[in-house]
Amino acid sequence: MTGSMDLPAKGGFNFDLCRRNNMLEKNGLKLPGFLKTGTTIVGLVFQDGVVLGADTRATEGPIVADKNCEKIHFMAPNIYCCGAGTAADTEAVTDMVSSQLQLHRYATGRESRVITALTLLKSHLFRYQGHVSAALVLGGVDCTGPHLHTVYPHGSTDTLPFATMGSGSLAAMSVFESRFKEGLTREEGIELVSDAIRAGIFNDLGSGSNVDVCVITKGKTEYLRNHQLPNPRTYASSKGFSFTKGQTEVLSTKIIPLKQKVEVAEGGDAMEE
Amino acid sequence: MSRRGDWVYENNGGTCVAIAGADYCVVAADTRLSVGYSILTRDHSKICDLADKCVLASSGFQGDIKALHKNLAARELLYQHQHNKRMSCPAMAQLLSNTLYYKRFFPYYAFNVLGGLDSEGKGCVFTYDAVGSYERTGYSAQGTGSTLIMPVLDNQLKSPSPLLLPARDAVTPLSESEAIDLVKDVFASATERDIYTGDKLEIVVINKAGTKREYIELRKD
Repeated sequence: MTGSMDLPAKGGFNFDLCRRNNMLEKNGLKLPGFLKTGTTIVGLVFQDGVVLGADTRATEGPIVADKNCEKIHFMAPNIYCCGAGTAADTEAVTDMVSSQLQLHRYATGRESRVITALTLLKSHLFRYQGHVSAALVLGGVDCTGPHLHTVYPHGSTDTLPFATMGSGSLAAMSVFESRFKEGLTREEGIELVSDAIRAGIFNDLGSGSNVDVCVITKGKTEYLRNHQLPNPRTYASSKGFSFTKGQTEVLSTKIIPLKQKVEVAEGGDAMEE
Repeated sequence: MSRRGDWVYENNGGTCVAIAGADYCVVAADTRLSVGYSILTRDHSKICDLADKCVLASSGFQGDIKALHKNLAARELLYQHQHNKRMSCPAMAQLLSNTLYYKRFFPYYAFNVLGGLDSEGKGCVFTYDAVGSYERTGYSAQGTGSTLIMPVLDNQLKSPSPLLLPARDAVTPLSESEAIDLVKDVFASATERDIYTGDKLEIVVINKAGTKREYIELRKD
């Protein structure tokens, strides 16, 4: 890989550091963790379309990295995708397929179909043999009707009337299995999705914070960001905290003047806009 | 969640904090018990009253913690019978250290904070590692949220270590109500960022008048 510095990066993965990383790991260095989304994501088909739902907690091991992240990603105006697994992977793969769908819309002059997004996602994930850790719930309404699919990291897919993914999927699925029926109304669908996400939020430690909902019907999509906020901060000190200068002890001070490298000349031409 | 067949421990999560004042001691712990990504119960006390002016809060592996608390309570009862008085906090501190070191090669997976009043009525807090190394300090945090809480306590309380010379009091200048307010806020903050801390907060306040318990709600997600 000696020529890699000369050519501009063409995209895809760069494996230049693999040998060095393996050597470092063998010598005892702990690799940095990945930001995973823990997560509860769900989707269901109701009488007029599909409803998608997600929690908003992103974790890095046992620590909450983002208390209000967005897990429902835009694919097309009529197609949205919830993502669980490694945050970078879900973000990258949905952005990539979203771009490909837009180019395809320009080429065909038609609205995107959900199965197109599905095929693009599953072929990409299969090609990477599960190393792209993205588990998705893809939903949308196109000219052939409402569709809901799950996509697994290795590239397999399912077509379902209701689906859950992520570490909170069992908690959410228990709600769906007891209360789902065909032909739900919009209000019933939103309520069932919110209840399923809340089951994940309160019973799964990898999920938490707020409920995001996305309702897709023929011709209209509503992204209800923070549809429910069931976890307000429980206590805040009324007198507050002060961090005045001097409160943190300064043990020692060392000032190193850097040599002046630039000569500032008076006058000269003004900078171009 | 480990591949070796001989890993016998489990971390049930949770955080414990204690702050020593001039004539009081505040010991607090959350009440959530978890395993992996699941919650076992939202209502489990990690605090054990060992003597009338001595309270132990432990987080870690509940199996070992239950055994440790039972062990110490039994030893305290024996002491009562033999010496016709209850164990003082510094005495219990030494006993806990010895009990933990006794199992140096198969440790109690317990992260302890002992709080109470010493024989002069001043607040005292002792902080431990898993094998019995201990120190008397003005405040301490142990458990999964300890790394989130300790820096805040360091900044707000700044009470010195009793190992420093010249000898300075290892108690915080805060009043009892201010210390309780700080503990509540600091736990609410740790709950926001640590998935293993939450549900309810149990606060035990020990002073001359006796022991008082208070519960406040924390985030349940």
